[in-house]
Amino acid sequence: MSESMLSTKSGVESRRSGVATAGPSRAGGKPSDRDGADRDGAGRGTKGRGAKSHGAKGGKQGANVLAHCVLSIGGLAMISPLLYQIVMSLSTNAEVQSTPPTLWPSVVQWHNFADVFTSMNFGSQLWVTVAITVIRVIGQVLLCSMAGYAFARMQFRFKGLILAVVLSIIMVPSQLFLIPQYQIIQNLGWLNSIAGIVAPGIFSAFGLFLMRQFFMGLPDELEDAARLDGANPFQIFFRVMLPLAANGLWALVIITVLWSWNDLLWPLVVTSTANAAPLSVGLSNLQGEHANNYPILMAASLMAMAPILIMFLLMQKRVMAGIGRSGLK
Amino acid sequence: MKAQTLTPASKSVRAARAAGDRRKGKSKSDGWWPWLFVVPTVAGIGVFYLWPIIQTFYYSFTKWGVFGGTKFIGLDNYVRMFADSTIPQSILNTLIYTVVVLLGIPIAVILASLIERPGLRFAALYRTLYFIPYITMPAAVGIVWRLIYNGDFGPINWFLGLFGIQGPYWTSTPGFALLAVATVGLWMSLGFNLIIISAGLREIPRELFEAAEMDGASRVRQFFSITVPLLTPSIFFVTIVTVISGFQLFDLLYVMMGKANLAMPQTQSLVYIFYNQAFLQNDKGYAAAIGILILVIIALLTAFQFRIQKRWVNYV
Repeated sequence: MSESMLSTKSGVESRRSGVATAGPSRAGGKPSDRDGADRDGAGRGTKGRGAKSHGAKGGKQGANVLAHCVLSIGGLAMISPLLYQIVMSLSTNAEVQSTPPTLWPSVVQWHNFADVFTSMNFGSQLWVTVAITVIRVIGQVLLCSMAGYAFARMQFRFKGLILAVVLSIIMVPSQLFLIPQYQIIQNLGWLNSIAGIVAPGIFSAFGLFLMRQFFMGLPDELEDAARLDGANPFQIFFRVMLPLAANGLWALVIITVLWSWNDLLWPLVVTSTANAAPLSVGLSNLQGEHANNYPILMAASLMAMAPILIMFLLMQKRVMAGIGRSGLK
Repeated sequence: MKAQTLTPASKSVRAARAAGDRRKGKSKSDGWWPWLFVVPTVAGIGVFYLWPIIQTFYYSFTKWGVFGGTKFIGLDNYVRMFADSTIPQSILNTLIYTVVVLLGIPIAVILASLIERPGLRFAALYRTLYFIPYITMPAAVGIVWRLIYNGDFGPINWFLGLFGIQGPYWTSTPGFALLAVATVGLWMSLGFNLIIISAGLREIPRELFEAAEMDGASRVRQFFSITVPLLTPSIFFVTIVTVISGFQLFDLLYVMMGKANLAMPQTQSLVYIFYNQAFLQNDKGYAAAIGILILVIIALLTAFQFRIQKRWVNYV
């Protein structure tokens, strides 16, 4: 099966990689041949920006004020649910249910956050969430990068065929895997376990494709030099090529963290006890039990999303570039 | 190794020959090494993804007994699916949801064209603000939005009350519930659309705008004659992504409404029906058929969009 045939088949992927090259960090990721047009555009864009700085700035000030107005009002609207969540997590239940809505609690109820740990299985659910995320990230980084490397830079039989199958799996909605995956986990006796939640997600057709695209863009010279020094493919991969793929790995790590931390449907299916569930499942089930203790719900949901928010705020550029590469979650 | 003892000149000869050998070898094979790299992942994908697809396809022709065991029933599940009135309703729901979320794309185009103005201050801050909802956990923000939509004391109904409007019980009234969920979907996806479209915008050569300005084109004219046409590839991409993920609607619906919600039958998505049949009703054969339906719908919609893209997408 030829490469060109693949590229027409997986049109979305080709757009996806096109976007990747357009993302904030171009990061040495050479786009595949079919992205020639995008690449060209990017080059001219950079040139244009250089020339622009000499341009007249006269009438821009007034227009920029208008832009600031629209953007700041819109931005405030975007994060207002989170501000509301923060205020409510610090209020009493009576304050939450009062109208007009409480703007700031009369006495800040910090204990709501401590109460989350005593009134639900937050501790164990947090542990499960961290564990599945860490295991999945390590597994995917190792497996996807190795396989992606081989598909990008090695020759072996059935390579095109296997790649075509893997790529077509990316396009298939998850509902087509769920039932048999559930059976596998059930047969292994892994329901309600971290292993059960993690197992399918360690393997990723998308991660493989992402890393393959990245390795295809790396230069040959270092690899050739290492080969001449007598390094075997394993050494070449781990010592030479993997460090070069740091940007691609970051994208994979970020996408995997987000997906693993936030995922609901699969963990919902394989866990039935509150202790074994990750936070996403715990929160969605909490609604029934603690439906009316709103401050606790707000505090719990805030703590559940806090690690991801902090990760994002600390490394915004990387996260946005990573998401830009991901296309689909 | 041995090469180290050779003189520099012969070393380079050696290197050239080795490179030549490699190039020749490359057209054939790298031996068994690649398999060491590939087998763990390919085996995992085979077991957890490829084989399950085949199994699901088979299951869609079976009926599952209460105590386990499956019986081949031919096309019965599909026949039942076409007679099941909840299916067209849920397809319609999913389409409505998707259309509402698609409204985020023009919004993102406008916002991106504002944020990406050259030299605009706080651009990074704005990007951050708009992007935050995209990375939040749907299960967590779903709970927050549920409170915001609360019929008795939620801030939305309080606000409507200021104008003398009695707001509905958003998440438990058919019609309103879908709108409420879709609005949250739009809110979550806006940041992603913005990032992709901003990246597309940065690729548009500035000279075009300068030339247009010299010709006396207004900003609005520039927006519609330069920005939008040159953004069509990015817009096409986010449209594809939005439609595909729109048909995957589950998390927000599940969290914002809850299993026991009486408005669920009028609001549910295809994926929710799949989940309900497979794991709550334990009717996995029927669920498998619904899974196939989801695949077919997504494939058709995506193919359709690729087909009509020639009419409106400009590739430079």
